[in-house]
Amino acid sequence: MNPHAPGIGSKSPGGPAVPSRRAFLRNCASGLVVWFILPDLGAQQSEAASAVAAGARAKASTDFNAYLRIAEDGRVTCFTGKIEMGQGPVTSLPQMLAEELDVSVDAVDIVMGDTDLCPFDQGTWGSLTTRQFGPQLRAAAAEARAVLLEMAAERWQVPVTQLVVHDGVIQDTKDSTRRITYGELTKGKAIDRHLAAPPVLKKPSEFKVMGQPRFRRDAREKVMGAAKYSGDIRVPGMLYASILRPPAHGAKLLRVDASALAADKDFVFVQEPGLVAVLHELPDMAEEALGRLKAEFEPSPFRTDDRTIYEHLARVGPEARLVKQTGNLEAGRSLSMTTVATTYFNAYVAHAAMETHTALAEIVDDRMVVWASTQNPFGARAEVAAALGWPVSRVRVITPYVGGGFGGKSFNLEAVEAARLAKATGRPVQVRWTREEEFFNDTFRPAAVVNVGAGLDAGGRIAFWDYEVRFAGDRGSELIYDVPASRIRAVGNFNGPPGFHPFGVGAWRAPGCNTNAFARESQIDQLAKAAKADPIEFRLRQLTDPRARRVLEAVAKEWGWQPAVPGSGRGLGVAIGFDSGTYVATIGEIAVDKATGHVTVKRVMCVQEMGLVINPQGAKLQMESCIMMGLGYALTERIRFKDGALRDTNFDSYAIPRFSWLPQMETIILDAHDSPPQGGGEPAIIVMGAVLANAIHDATGARLLELPMTPERIKTALPA
Amino acid sequence: MMTTIAFRLNDRPVQIQVAPDRNLLWVLRTELGLTGPKYGCGIDQCGVCTVLLDGRAVRSCITPVQAAAGRAVVTIEGLARDGALHPLQKAFIAHDALQCGFCTPGMILTAYSFLRVKPNPTREEVIAGMDRNLCRCGAHVRIVEAILTAAAEMRATGHA
Repeated sequence: MNPHAPGIGSKSPGGPAVPSRRAFLRNCASGLVVWFILPDLGAQQSEAASAVAAGARAKASTDFNAYLRIAEDGRVTCFTGKIEMGQGPVTSLPQMLAEELDVSVDAVDIVMGDTDLCPFDQGTWGSLTTRQFGPQLRAAAAEARAVLLEMAAERWQVPVTQLVVHDGVIQDTKDSTRRITYGELTKGKAIDRHLAAPPVLKKPSEFKVMGQPRFRRDAREKVMGAAKYSGDIRVPGMLYASILRPPAHGAKLLRVDASALAADKDFVFVQEPGLVAVLHELPDMAEEALGRLKAEFEPSPFRTDDRTIYEHLARVGPEARLVKQTGNLEAGRSLSMTTVATTYFNAYVAHAAMETHTALAEIVDDRMVVWASTQNPFGARAEVAAALGWPVSRVRVITPYVGGGFGGKSFNLEAVEAARLAKATGRPVQVRWTREEEFFNDTFRPAAVVNVGAGLDAGGRIAFWDYEVRFAGDRGSELIYDVPASRIRAVGNFNGPPGFHPFGVGAWRAPGCNTNAFARESQIDQLAKAAKADPIEFRLRQLTDPRARRVLEAVAKEWGWQPAVPGSGRGLGVAIGFDSGTYVATIGEIAVDKATGHVTVKRVMCVQEMGLVINPQGAKLQMESCIMMGLGYALTERIRFKDGALRDTNFDSYAIPRFSWLPQMETIILDAHDSPPQGGGEPAIIVMGAVLANAIHDATGARLLELPMTPERIKTALPA
Repeated sequence: MMTTIAFRLNDRPVQIQVAPDRNLLWVLRTELGLTGPKYGCGIDQCGVCTVLLDGRAVRSCITPVQAAAGRAVVTIEGLARDGALHPLQKAFIAHDALQCGFCTPGMILTAYSFLRVKPNPTREEVIAGMDRNLCRCGAHVRIVEAILTAAAEMRATGHA
């Protein structure tokens, strides 16, 4: 093996257009190659930063050719900046395209998340693929179909209205000998023609493909092991990098000694500001060698741990901002016969996708090509460009299959690291975080504190609602119920601001909503109990939103709900929620082992109304996924830490849901095919904390105010 | 210290020069060019690296390559025969028993190993047999159904 890069230290590997840099090459007597690279990014970096800003402002393309291409053989390629991380657009987007273009869905291929080939996209998150990108894609396909019909009509000199299209073949209804395929019309070229008026989308009554359940199109390659993820991309001459991480967040590197590697010429050692790595042709060798570096760090400046963090977050932060206010809070208070004031807490939660952040970067023809496990290819392109001091035009990000994201792959440090190391070494470099690095670098769902005060009037209705969410974010904080006087305030957001958490925080599947639904729906249950009312009947008392009523009434009916005041001993919990345009209502049944505090979730039923459903099969998969994943943050998942150092860095102590947790599960989607499609990847998870908290209370009388509801916390909370 | 190690890999003989204490996972993924076995945790906690060693599921992230010497290793790439998918693979497709797919090779090979010992399992036995494999997407309910379907087909057809 000889991993030394050809031409090391002579010329910058990217060619003359690479910004000048001083690279010091020190060849140790033993052959160890040590690079100290001091970047002079200055001007280029700020230029790249403005390019980043420009990229962020980029608008969706209005040219339908950006979204689709018809080959001469009639196959259609769909181009999207969205990525496939399990949530299913690899299936649903071709369905939408096929529907509006009038081709077979099997004739549609899809290219996802390639910044050179796909139209700009802001990132795959927020359950936006179907409800926001979907209409753009459908409009592009509808316009292409209309233009193709115009082209055929002109060719045959007949009115367009005389033509029909089926499976990509245009036919003249007056002359059956006249038929032409899309491929014959376009000859595989982009179509240089557009409609004068906006295209007309099909009505739901006309759908043949949309609304039909489709199995996953990626299943075959995934069960055969043929599906490629970023770590599966191999290029000749590549090196694998292992990166030095501090023992705690905020601990700055003082010095590093690589002399232990000096005896082995197969290693490449790179030290740049903020980046120390050992590279080797074999990943396990690089990882092993990293352990032989001697590094000294300053102690972390952080002095919080997973117990004191709540007191910290309750105290610090920017001014609270008003999210929404209705009526007169003081008047509501004065009407209240009973008030319930509660503070809810939730821990930091990890994304813990099965695939850790991985990227391969290679310089190709003066450009940086990065294959990355990202939810945000265009964002990754901007991050890489900024880090290199290159314009975004010199960076291409390609997104293979992504092995789970959940919000955690929105930022792309691993892509930046791979690109910096590829630039430093002149070799293709793969960065694949270890599970420990994955936890360490994660942008956790933030620990949060929610203060809720609420009161009941003489009629047993909610008279006021005073709500403050600290650090979880305001998404999902608005009250679904009709309350005459309410105030909702938020401090910070799910992604910060920086300076208050000891580590990174960010979007985690339905950011903000899980915390807010836990607090709101737990509080509603407490109020129902104070009103001596059944929790479903109590909710319906102050619920006029027809979609919310519909899901709640449906779940009660399908479950066979028998009214009872919370604390019935049955172990039943209910909660409702609204997110991404979609309403959910969920009932869960649990049993608590009072000796151990262990919860068994026996049955969960979720009813969802999400407007028009593109792929009912895929939508149900997402609901099941949400229920199962939701059990984790509700019952076990939390990051324990002290002074910036994590105690939970792998699956041996960070417990995510397993097969043995599997409840009986029922998912029901209510028909609403005349309303626009809404989000499906996130809504069903948001209620899981409250459903289980309410069920635990119903079973035992214990009201759990902190997530996760671990056995020891449940035992402690059990009434004597 | 390099050693010559020979074994069968997906029904073909292989012989490599390798440090014998290196983990099978990385030898399969580098020297032998495979991508089916994945890295997930590195400490025998998640199962995405699972391969078959003489038909039994092992965690390749903690198995030294020397343990494979003289034995038969099967990865997900080697499960289909002559282009025909194994009943487990077919059942995972038919049940949509996957989402991101990263855990899928390990799920299928763990199920394969489990069904060799328990060809006619109950639902509870499948759940217990799969409990050490993690899936973050929450495809569990469909994976259980897929394994039960595959088990029934394997019994009916005598498929191994």
